[in-house]
Amino acid sequence: MDSISRRSILAGGAAIGAAAGLGVAPARAQAWPARPITMVCPWGAGGGTDQTARIVASILERDLKQPVSVVNRTGGSGVVGHSAIATAAPDGYTIGMITVEITMMHHQGLTDLNPTSYTPLALMNEDPPGVQVPANSPYKNVKELADAIKAAPAGKFKASGTGQGGIWHLALIGWLGAMGLKPDHVAWVPSNGAAPAMQDLAAGGVDIVTCSVPEARAMLDAGKARSLAIMADQRNPQFKDVPTLNEMLGIKYSVGAWRGIAAPKGLPADIQARLVTALKSAYESKEFQEFMAARGFGTKFADPAGFASFMANGDKMMAEAMKAAGLAKKA
Amino acid sequence: MSSSFLAAFPLVFTQDVLIAMIASAIYGMVVGALPGLTATMATALLVPVTFYLSPIAAIATIITSSAMAIFAGDIPGCLVRIPGTPASAAYTDEAYKMTLKGQAETALGICLWFSALGGIVGTIALVLIAPALAEVALSFSTFEYFWLAILGLMCSTLVARSSPVKAIAAMLLGLLVSCIGIENPAGTPRFTFGSTDLLGGIDAIAALVGVFALAEVMRAVTQKDPPSIPDRKLGSILKGQIELTKRYPKQQIRGNIVGTLIGALPGAGADMAAWVSYSLSKRFSKEREKFGTGHPEGLVEAGASNNAALAGGWIPALLFGIPGDTITAIAIGVLYMKGLNPGPTLFTEKASSMYALYIIFLLANLLMIPLGIAMIRISKHVLKAPRSLIMPVIMVFCAVGAFSAAGNNLYAVLIVAFFGIAGYLMEENGFPVAAMVLGIVMGTMVEQNFVTSLIKSDGSILPFLSRPIAAFLAFLTFIALFWPLIAWLRRYKASLDAAAPAR
Repeated sequence: MDSISRRSILAGGAAIGAAAGLGVAPARAQAWPARPITMVCPWGAGGGTDQTARIVASILERDLKQPVSVVNRTGGSGVVGHSAIATAAPDGYTIGMITVEITMMHHQGLTDLNPTSYTPLALMNEDPPGVQVPANSPYKNVKELADAIKAAPAGKFKASGTGQGGIWHLALIGWLGAMGLKPDHVAWVPSNGAAPAMQDLAAGGVDIVTCSVPEARAMLDAGKARSLAIMADQRNPQFKDVPTLNEMLGIKYSVGAWRGIAAPKGLPADIQARLVTALKSAYESKEFQEFMAARGFGTKFADPAGFASFMANGDKMMAEAMKAAGLAKKA
Repeated sequence: MSSSFLAAFPLVFTQDVLIAMIASAIYGMVVGALPGLTATMATALLVPVTFYLSPIAAIATIITSSAMAIFAGDIPGCLVRIPGTPASAAYTDEAYKMTLKGQAETALGICLWFSALGGIVGTIALVLIAPALAEVALSFSTFEYFWLAILGLMCSTLVARSSPVKAIAAMLLGLLVSCIGIENPAGTPRFTFGSTDLLGGIDAIAALVGVFALAEVMRAVTQKDPPSIPDRKLGSILKGQIELTKRYPKQQIRGNIVGTLIGALPGAGADMAAWVSYSLSKRFSKEREKFGTGHPEGLVEAGASNNAALAGGWIPALLFGIPGDTITAIAIGVLYMKGLNPGPTLFTEKASSMYALYIIFLLANLLMIPLGIAMIRISKHVLKAPRSLIMPVIMVFCAVGAFSAAGNNLYAVLIVAFFGIAGYLMEENGFPVAAMVLGIVMGTMVEQNFVTSLIKSDGSILPFLSRPIAAFLAFLTFIALFWPLIAWLRRYKASLDAAAPAR
């Protein structure tokens, strides 16, 4: 109920904003932005990426004095939306939220797009994976679970959280690798995202779900699952009781699903500068920080240069991880 | 329970929901009353509009417009002997005979009154059955979902009023379409030919708009305009309905129950419910000889049945994401779009939204009576609207709707065009498109649950049969699979028996 009234308020607000924006647009000077801006979101409405995109859009709207409408261009495991951003005209009127998948998809041979296909604007968020087990699981902490996994024959434990070769699958593989185990030591059960995986965890279908802690929140709050650890450098202030892998196992493995704003390649420098300023103040705004904190989403900022090198690093890491896991397309 | 029930009222009684309901009610009435435009088409064309509404208002428009369209389909059937929607076809002749006997107002009154009653009873069934089933469904794993999906597919071929072979062929075609793209368990692109758009698969909503709306426009082009209705003033519509309610209590209850059950069956919707209920009514009637001469009995039962089926269709749609009919096949897409993902958790985590949905169902059926009377009064003018004006407008709606629903993507318009032509050719040749639609909507579900189940069981198929609920569902599936064969054998044997003494 809560989310519905909030969404309808947002929708109503957006509609009013759009109406107002259309009214004043012709009267404004020709400087960018002279008309409404489209923000492409490669993932479905209601999900974490969509929520993040919408809050950023609503803050940008006030700063740029033009409507910023979020368009969900979904499908193809994110390829469709990412490609829509990359192939749009670089005039500043189409921007988009790109996600960690852009450093993964081209290794699988799904697309030629990679992080360098965009004009990076700002990194906004990063969420580390967690290790979730059912509430009635015999493992009290991640150390017990890790010992049980090591002792068990390959394929006995089943894990889920996203599709085959998705970010949470790679998180599991990375964790197993750090413990000296093979990528298929724990069998991966592909799912249509974190929510169905968590439901299957609660129904006893799988043993572990490696999605991020905020995604697991509904089942954690309902007392149907427990979060044993997160694969990050530090604890998440929203979930103070969940330790890191380093604390428990001495494994310094960290990875994360990130979201950032980018524009098509070839964006004029002055528009890029204006957008980066707007995004930076949106990131620093109380509204954004509170919105993200309320959902347990992590926040992480990087300017265009920092975002580009962040993606380049991630891309290299993913290439290795996916090759090791046999997920990369053989050249 | 009571707290979420109370929380549901403010969700429904808001300005946007109520305006959306009234507007979609009028829209549904008009579309339903126009011959050749179905309730499914009314729903399909609404999808892009729901984009701009709050979740509750979006669902309200679908529920309201489909309920109105199913009733309004009776109007031209009664007045000019052309059913407005296929759901009225079963008793069109009967209603028209009543009009010829000078009882047009009674016939229309029956359609209206018992449609509303049927809708309300169907809603009560939804309220009682769905949450109880949700409790059971919470323990469903991929094994059970696999059988449910297969069972749904088998039912959709079973209930099609065409040859089972053609129905199965249509269903398999739908399954093939659902293979396109990358949304499969292995995340491997299939049938994409290097196209980014095809990587995203075939959008079910665009395909549905094509099959149900565009194909209908094409069919209208090949047909003549319906005759205009004779000028005659109608008397009181609701007069004598209470008396009929008392005279045919059994027929009415039977119609409601049969309608709800058929609605809940995947693939079978309001039109099937009306056919079955009309023939049941005839079969068990004490005055069987009066059927076909303008007798109200069958009208009462079938009129109640097709509206009860509407609510019934929502039971599997909300619980499992398996559409009960073609209308809910579209509604499921809207539910996902609005973050109300179907599944048993919908009843626990979003209970107030569910109660809101029940309230909307009841309101829609109450709203039907005054609006229905108004519609009957002005039906003369609506039925005069020339097809050559209506059909191009619908065509534009199809294209614009698909374009905006897919996030301003021209590719969706191409899908509409392709499936419009495919749907037209299929229907013309006796292949039921509803079976194909079920295949498209549920193909991913079948594959996903089959593959993940096998991974979980280390490749063993035993858990598909050893889990008690899974085994029961498997048993039902095999009955559905072999039913055409059993029925054929029985008919064959009967014909042998009948033929033998004659020689």
